[in-house]
Amino acid sequence: MRMVVPLLEVRNLQRFFPIRKGLLRRIVGQVRAVDDISFHINKGETLSLVGESGCGKTTTARCILRALKPTSGEVLFQTAEGEVVDTAELPKAALKPFRHQMQMIFQDPFSSLNPRMTVFDIVAEPLLASGVKSREQRRRRVEELLELVRLRPEFMQRFPHAFSGGQRQRIGIARALALNPSLIVADEPVSALDVSVQAQILNLMLDLQDELGLTYLFVAHDLSVVKHISDRVAVMYVGKIVEIAETKTLFKAPKHPYTEALLSAVPKPDPRRRSERIVLQGEVADPAHPPSGCYFHPRCAHAIDRCKTETPSLEEIQPGQFVSCHRAREISLNGVEAQGNGMTIG
Amino acid sequence: MADQIARANGQPPMLTVEGLKTYFFTDEGTVRAVDGASFEVQAGKTVGIVGESGCGKSVTALSILRIVERPGRIVAGQILLRRPNAKAPVDLALLEAEGAEIRAIRGGEIALVFQEPMTSFSPHYTIGNQIVETIQLHQDVGKEEARNRTIELLRMVGIPNPERRIDEYPFELSGGLRQRMMIAMALSCNPKILIADEPTTALDVTTQAQILDLLRDIQQRTQMSVIIITHDMGVIAEMTDDVIVMYLGRVVESGPVDEIFHQPKHPYTQALLRSIPSIFAEPRTKLPTIAGSIPHPHNRPTGCPFHPRCAEAMPGICDRHEPRLRPISEAHFASCFLYHEPEAAPPS
Repeated sequence: MRMVVPLLEVRNLQRFFPIRKGLLRRIVGQVRAVDDISFHINKGETLSLVGESGCGKTTTARCILRALKPTSGEVLFQTAEGEVVDTAELPKAALKPFRHQMQMIFQDPFSSLNPRMTVFDIVAEPLLASGVKSREQRRRRVEELLELVRLRPEFMQRFPHAFSGGQRQRIGIARALALNPSLIVADEPVSALDVSVQAQILNLMLDLQDELGLTYLFVAHDLSVVKHISDRVAVMYVGKIVEIAETKTLFKAPKHPYTEALLSAVPKPDPRRRSERIVLQGEVADPAHPPSGCYFHPRCAHAIDRCKTETPSLEEIQPGQFVSCHRAREISLNGVEAQGNGMTIG
Repeated sequence: MADQIARANGQPPMLTVEGLKTYFFTDEGTVRAVDGASFEVQAGKTVGIVGESGCGKSVTALSILRIVERPGRIVAGQILLRRPNAKAPVDLALLEAEGAEIRAIRGGEIALVFQEPMTSFSPHYTIGNQIVETIQLHQDVGKEEARNRTIELLRMVGIPNPERRIDEYPFELSGGLRQRMMIAMALSCNPKILIADEPTTALDVTTQAQILDLLRDIQQRTQMSVIIITHDMGVIAEMTDDVIVMYLGRVVESGPVDEIFHQPKHPYTQALLRSIPSIFAEPRTKLPTIAGSIPHPHNRPTGCPFHPRCAEAMPGICDRHEPRLRPISEAHFASCFLYHEPEAAPPS
């Protein structure tokens, strides 16, 4: 038994989307977007969900925030009052007191801010919704929040179009922090930003976590970004978690062939490291018609007959490293060594 | 300038871009999208143009093909295309944008692969139809032969069951297959130069690896020149021989890929390389950042466009004078006053 109660624990989460066809819109199948996943996030920790498009990482995030109702499973959230609630089960009305404790940072800072509202109105909106009636109180809180995300409070009467992408993302973060949440779900928060601005936002998120004791669920496809921000990483493939481990372990010694292939596929920013990459054949499986057995077997270089028939389950193969692969213990895979960035700049 | 850039390797470059300026004349003012870009592309080599949004990398590509849309137009510069058995190069910047000559070059000698494979094909026609059309537009072949050649091309870019896939519509294909189709179409007339504008940005990382491998493989087989335009330093490091770094419409540095990554000279290149999240980093480490953000094109800084963000900016020099691209070594150029003195008077 774990002694610490995690801030968030997800158990056997499933979310299926029906496929409807014909005049009567009859259900003819299911897209198994999230298919029986379990993980936890401790207080103050960052867990990243990584995977390619359609792997279910965003659906998972939306189920946790109850923007989507899970098909089945539990989402256990420890509230500020120390209670554990299952947000997957609660009716919408009963959720309201906890909603402000989980907030979201969105991918696109250009479409996630209302262009007709001033920065003050955008950041103060959650305050207003939670009953802060005094305008003066709201103004002071917005000032505080803007300083927290390193924006000048003088700008609060401006509209979003006056700001750059990085600044807009800071506004989005300020809004998410307005009600002192404990959990922040960040869905690709830097992928729409220019590379020179990505670093600023990642640093800010690391600082805010230290200052405010935030817990992050970070959803991303970019493994380099994930490496900078995460304590632990969960790799998803066609609706399932295939591997979950501490960041360092996962990058250095992956145990699932898909994790290895993902790491190998990332273009390395050093021309002296052009190496033979593992190039996976074929494409990501269709979650409406997943293959039999292990969903990854048609693309896996290590697949054996058992992989075609038997679905592997997530097993702890060494402390803290969980892998869903029949052959995890017998195959040896390559990771990425951390050796500084290998650049000699001068 | 051309003399300064000319390499000592004897063979003249396939393409020379010289002082290219492409401006957009909008109601709010003139946007100098490309403001004096110079570089060259050697036969059989891959050149990478890298930079962040607004640096002019895509407009440079559109300018070469003469498909810059209004209110943009080329206001100065040369784009010299050298052909193997012609005495003088053709200046693409002087051709009529709708004329027969550039239309023969576009898609024929110089082909383009776009970022977005979803919108690059017409949804109304089968993929096969669209590639056959391209072939027949540029070459005098019958329908049957064009179709056979299309099937061959699809096989070459790794499309399974090309005989069946040729009759499918774009929506029936995944993003990766559509990008392969795009490449097949670009290759259909045996181009001498392939321009790939963010060819893998819309793709997942494992699909990206497939497409980059394919591009490299095809280049080795056909010996064409490739210009890759991207914001991704990883793609640049993996794919290119020479690199051009752009910032706000200017080439700030250019040189062989190894020198750009291991001995970068321009403060922007150095800062960019330091600030990119790297898969080799220790977890939960902070990145060095570049201060500020890219200026809006209407509020372009005076002097060196990078000076407000540059840690090494020299007051009175970098904010008043415009640096020129000057040689650092034989093939390595930088546009920075750390490496050359400003001219006597600031250019008007």
